[in-house]
Amino acid sequence: MFQNIGEMVLLFWRTLRALPQVWRQREKVFEQFFEIGNASLLMVAVLSFFIGGVLALQTGPTMVERGLTNFVSGLVGISMARELAPIMMAILIAGRIGSAMAAEIGSMRVYQEIDALRTMNINPVNYLVLPRLIAITFALPMLVTFAILVGWLGGAVVAKATPAIDIPIQSFFESMKIMIDLRDVANGVFKSWCFAWIIGIVSCHQGLVTRGGPRGIGRSVTKAVVNSIVLIVMFDYVLTRLLLE
Amino acid sequence: MTNSTSTNHHGISVQVRGLKRDFGTQSVLKGIDLDVKPGEIFVLMGPSGSGKSVLLRHIIGLEKPDAGEILINGESIENDNVADKYRMAMVFQSGALLNSLTVGENVGLYLREHRLKSPEEIARIVAEKLEVVGLKDAEKKMPSELSGGMKKRVAIARALVIEPQLILYDEPTSELDPLSSIVIGEEILKLNERIGVTSLVVSHDRDLAFGIGHRIAVINEGQIAVMGTPDEVKRSDHPIVRNFIHADFKRAQ
Repeated sequence: MFQNIGEMVLLFWRTLRALPQVWRQREKVFEQFFEIGNASLLMVAVLSFFIGGVLALQTGPTMVERGLTNFVSGLVGISMARELAPIMMAILIAGRIGSAMAAEIGSMRVYQEIDALRTMNINPVNYLVLPRLIAITFALPMLVTFAILVGWLGGAVVAKATPAIDIPIQSFFESMKIMIDLRDVANGVFKSWCFAWIIGIVSCHQGLVTRGGPRGIGRSVTKAVVNSIVLIVMFDYVLTRLLLE
Repeated sequence: MTNSTSTNHHGISVQVRGLKRDFGTQSVLKGIDLDVKPGEIFVLMGPSGSGKSVLLRHIIGLEKPDAGEILINGESIENDNVADKYRMAMVFQSGALLNSLTVGENVGLYLREHRLKSPEEIARIVAEKLEVVGLKDAEKKMPSELSGGMKKRVAIARALVIEPQLILYDEPTSELDPLSSIVIGEEILKLNERIGVTSLVVSHDRDLAFGIGHRIAVINEGQIAVMGTPDEVKRSDHPIVRNFIHADFKRAQ
């Protein structure tokens, strides 16, 4: 993975240089945005609802037992906003969308469609990478914002439904309001923005360097997902450090 | 490979000088020299794996040589402006149609992406080019719904939209039945006669090569074994060329 980092940085730079072309590619951007956002919405909702719920279930009874009832919602809220929503959604999107990007571009590479684009003087970065990167740059932060809200709701519902916690939904959100401010949400959204670039560039790069037939495409898809997740977790640590300071 | 819409239909020349290319330890092109004249149909023949398609990919700029140079109308293909100055197109062996686009979208892709015409004008040109290759009813179809021969004809229509001065065909009749091969061969001839395009055809189809080629080069193991008119090639006494040209299936007695 690490020997490809230089190539990925170069691809990122080329994509940034292609930004003035984005208006021309707007139809493809909307198409990709719909694919990433709309098609993932239900899965994001289910996943984040249960993550919020589990978080409340794991921490709630112990905290209530120690008289820290008011802190349950804060813990669920901050964990969801700063950490769990951005990283879990990024991993979900790396698996769902990163794999699709690598497979689509990889098969275009293997079946000479990218060569055909080049013979028509159509830059594959402008035509294939730019719309995908722009779409995921907007879609992932929006999905993460949605996931944070649903995660909070999941935590509140579980906190109310679990007798060992038993916090009314209104009280849950009132104490959360005291402990959380907009910066916590902005923190998570900023992280997701960085993760979106990682998924977009790693997946498109893997697609563009695909060699061989169907086995090569399979290998690229696996690498795109695994490399994205590894980089997301590593960058998560770095970003958390930077944002805490 | 240009954004120009000029209607200059004169073909362009191609010169290949000492072209060498290795893939790992395998030497695929071992110093190829050839000249293709403007408006000529030049056929590159040779056994599978002899380096024909690799040579074609170098001429269109998809590969970079280890040594030697390629000149398009006397200008090195390495010059950035060559791709913008001359209109070149390639018809791939598989057709290389974009599978996510319809036939019509594939054919109009060049004009649409380079914003050369209005959508109405593009639709008119697409219909016209598809009619030229006998596929006027296929515009809304997806590439997966087409036969191998139809895909190749769509690829030719896509190349025609560029109004090329040079067309490269990579195995245009492979995987086709004899009748479809004749249709493709006739398309190449008609195109050459109508717009004077220079055509470089890679094929190991002997009927096609001798039927349409003004000149033929036979490549063997990365080198040109024989080059000349179809008659000269037929008369060649080079053993590899004789074997290749006269090879025939012999039923066991």
